[in-house]
Amino acid sequence: MTATTASPARTAKPKRAPRGASQHSGIRESAVSRTIAMAVMVVATLYFLTPIWWLFVASSKTRADFTTTAPLWFADFALFDNIAALFDYRNAVFLRWLGNSALYAGVGALIATIIAAMAGYAIAKYTFRGRETLFNVILGGVLVPATALALPLFLLFSQVGATNTVWAVFLPSLVSPFGVYLSRIYAAASVPDEIIEAARIDGAGEVRTFFTVATRLMAPALVTIFLFQFVAIWNNFFLPLIMLRDESLFPVTLGLYVWNTQVSQIPDIRALVIIGSLLSIIPLILTFLGLQRFWQSGLANGGLK
Amino acid sequence: MTVTAVRRPRAVRHRGALAVFLIPFGALFALFYVIPIGYAVYQSLLVVERDGTFGPAVQVFGGLTQYIAVFENEAFWASIGRVLLFGVVQVPIMLGLALILALLLDSPLVRGSKFFRLAFFAPYAVPSVIAAIMWGFLYSPNLSPFTGVTQAVDFLSAESVLWSIANVVTWVYVGYNMLIIYSALLAIPSEIYEAARLDGASQLRIAWSIKIPLVVPALVLTGIFSIIGTLQLLAEPQVFQSFSSAVTSTFTPNLTIYSTASIPNISLAAAMSVVLALATFVLSFTVLKLTQRRTAA
Repeated sequence: MTATTASPARTAKPKRAPRGASQHSGIRESAVSRTIAMAVMVVATLYFLTPIWWLFVASSKTRADFTTTAPLWFADFALFDNIAALFDYRNAVFLRWLGNSALYAGVGALIATIIAAMAGYAIAKYTFRGRETLFNVILGGVLVPATALALPLFLLFSQVGATNTVWAVFLPSLVSPFGVYLSRIYAAASVPDEIIEAARIDGAGEVRTFFTVATRLMAPALVTIFLFQFVAIWNNFFLPLIMLRDESLFPVTLGLYVWNTQVSQIPDIRALVIIGSLLSIIPLILTFLGLQRFWQSGLANGGLK
Repeated sequence: MTVTAVRRPRAVRHRGALAVFLIPFGALFALFYVIPIGYAVYQSLLVVERDGTFGPAVQVFGGLTQYIAVFENEAFWASIGRVLLFGVVQVPIMLGLALILALLLDSPLVRGSKFFRLAFFAPYAVPSVIAAIMWGFLYSPNLSPFTGVTQAVDFLSAESVLWSIANVVTWVYVGYNMLIIYSALLAIPSEIYEAARLDGASQLRIAWSIKIPLVVPALVLTGIFSIIGTLQLLAEPQVFQSFSSAVTSTFTPNLTIYSTASIPNISLAAAMSVVLALATFVLSFTVLKLTQRRTAA
């Protein structure tokens, strides 16, 4: 599984000859196959983007226009009024949920990344007894689904009376076995032993070397681990569903889920569910777009098993 | 020689650093992975006993009693059968789509591949709960933008709701799987195709004979994660309960576990969790071994 040979630290990996050049050499790619290929791409784009487009259009409509105007095009643009109404509802409980999600996912993923990177780096760069056993146990953890842990975690937290607290959702999300796996592969491939040796000769401590030298070389992997852990925590549903009773601790997914179950009793809440759904995916889409250079190269190396 | 002579004492000297590196993850992994699994197994071995009909409930060791109850629980096995059927249909469709799109992105036939890559990946940024809410609205006859379709087909009926949920899962994860396969395609050195191209092989031929065999490891990886995801299906059906009465409280194994735990019958739910985790492990392991043997042959 450590078949990564190319140095992943360089994001500009040796690419193939530019597309244009190969296109000229292969005139055999007929206009027909080009057209079919583009048609498939366009149909796929419509499939993937139409629901998001609908959500955006629906969020921008007044309640009256929502059911009476064309669903895929704008009527009176009331997006900002709708956002204001959402933020006003029940003492801004939605903002509170967004803040909770940002805390659980942002801080949680940051700490999870540091912890996983340290462990992966240590397994890659130091020899110690039981190293492979430890790594295999952690690798087994990758295969344990998060939902299988939710119920036993609830039982354990209720033993110490800590359910329905921030910690019940926050602490379990600090563990990322996949992060350890990825940082081990990445550290082995991108942190040369000579650099660690040189830092030792300069008198830097081991831990300091890791934080000042190794983390820089491992940056693409660290961003990838952070992003995927961020998404995993942001999307996590079962754990908060089981752990939390107090609405003010909910992450945004659980909050919107609860609102959605109330639509039949409180029809007005439907508009809030729609606008809330839109607002809850924007941070993730922006994060992915902003950091794409990193996670795309990180993913490339994680996939090469 | 000198290298090993120098390194040996170092390994001992760095014990402190190793502790700093390994203890945080090790402690959290033990607390929130190993101990919960052990606790679930322990809990699954208990039964509740009462003194008489109204006496206080006491948990006592019951051996495999709960596991016998799990095996006799028809709703649980029906939910396992449902997600297996779901997986047999949905996983190949999803991975097939992901593979086709990745191959197209990698071929010289498509322009603007950067845009398409991001467009296909965008749904991955939508949490399952939100994706299910969104599609629930799209399926609802009176709200959907596609009233022509939703009036002709009832996406939320007992017969079709499983496949409507399959569409939600496919929509979210095709792009993610596509990117993993696409990354594997990018890693193939282009010299490998040059000969085939000079011999006049078509893109289709190159894809079939060269590219697909080389991305089998990526397909195995995505396949295993998809199987795990399918058996764990929870958020989407839970949300769909608001849209369709056909989604029962025992629709998927995790919903069954959730409703069993809230009865509350914690020990039975724990036993179900253990059985489900084992089934997941066995299934993903089997897939791994089968595909390894096939690629080796």
